[in-house]
Amino acid sequence: MATAHQPDLRASHRNIPGTPVFTGAAAQRGYQLNAMCYSFNTAENRAAFLTDEEGYCRKFALTPEQRDAVARRDVLAMIRAGGNIYYLAKLAGIFGLNVQDVGAQQTGLPLEAFKQRLLDSAGED
Amino acid sequence: MAQLLGGLFTSHVPAIGGAIAKGLQQDPYWRPFFDGFAPVHRWLAAARPDTVVMFYNDHGLNFFLDKMPTFAVGAAAAYRNADEGWGLPVQGNVDGDPALSWHVIETLVDHEFDVTTCQEMLVDHAFVVPLQLAWPGGGKPPVKVVPIAINTVQHPLPSPKRCLALGRAVGEAIRSWPGNARVVVFGTGGLSHQLEGERAGFINKAYDLGCLDALGPDPDALARQSALDIVEQAGSQGVELLNWIAARGALGDDIREVTRNYHIPISNTAAATMLFETRALALA
Repeated sequence: MATAHQPDLRASHRNIPGTPVFTGAAAQRGYQLNAMCYSFNTAENRAAFLTDEEGYCRKFALTPEQRDAVARRDVLAMIRAGGNIYYLAKLAGIFGLNVQDVGAQQTGLPLEAFKQRLLDSAGED
Repeated sequence: MAQLLGGLFTSHVPAIGGAIAKGLQQDPYWRPFFDGFAPVHRWLAAARPDTVVMFYNDHGLNFFLDKMPTFAVGAAAAYRNADEGWGLPVQGNVDGDPALSWHVIETLVDHEFDVTTCQEMLVDHAFVVPLQLAWPGGGKPPVKVVPIAINTVQHPLPSPKRCLALGRAVGEAIRSWPGNARVVVFGTGGLSHQLEGERAGFINKAYDLGCLDALGPDPDALARQSALDIVEQAGSQGVELLNWIAARGALGDDIREVTRNYHIPISNTAAATMLFETRALALA
């Protein structure tokens, strides 16, 4: 147990706004979705997904929440369903999207505005 | 005994590998980052290392969530890069040094680090991009590598304090390695960046610069944070700073900063490069 002298460092006990922490609970919740995305390290699997997305998702037994998030290409929803960004990036790659496209979607910014915000970070002190 | 000559710390953003493949080093977007390597190249040419001990993290190429080691040490004769799913050109094999790997493993377990050992291990961009940056030109890097992968993906992550202690034990292993190996440690990743959530694109320049200032003289200050403190300050993936802290631990206390570079942004990342040399090199 945490005491006054020793803050609780457990990942599941920290709330950082806008920052999903990939805890054991998330890893458990998102296992199927992340397993499917991990399979996309192989070109044949990426092609199989594009040929028959529904069948490919069924093969990995995505939960309804995960399947819906993938169908809507909604990254924040995938993360809520336990997706981890390193694996999800492989799904995004199938559609030719990179982490800046994914960042823009999650922040609700147009891509150019998301990139400009990154450039502007250089001026902060 | 082997000589530990220095430590190279650098970001490992996949897009850097893409820029190398396209020859964009002098492009205005990329130049401020790549130009930071000129002093690194001069130093490596003079230091002539033949071995690298690489602290990095895997991003879902070798390790999946079915088995996620906190600390994994490669013990292979060669390491293979592979398709990560989003189009980065696959790089050629890199030589390992199994004898040194097992010496590191034995030293670590002796120090009560219960590591995972890997006789087969795919290595991703976090391993190959820093080697491409250190030895550009597309050839095989002129070094044997011992990879040490730290879990920065699935929480709970190892604490910064534990990573620093791991690095110190690795440094002891290197310095007690019989023979004439000339070793450099690498710490890859960071600095501040966050890929996921509503805070995606988060960068914290003030925090990063503080880390660069502390890394040489006071790594214990960095190790007093928790891993989640780093996530909060540097972003979800900024926690790759753990790899830097571990590599810094290996270097010991008697070091000198050779060069540093900091540039915002590369892709979603505040990119940084830093090089230290040890007294072993000055005496050589």
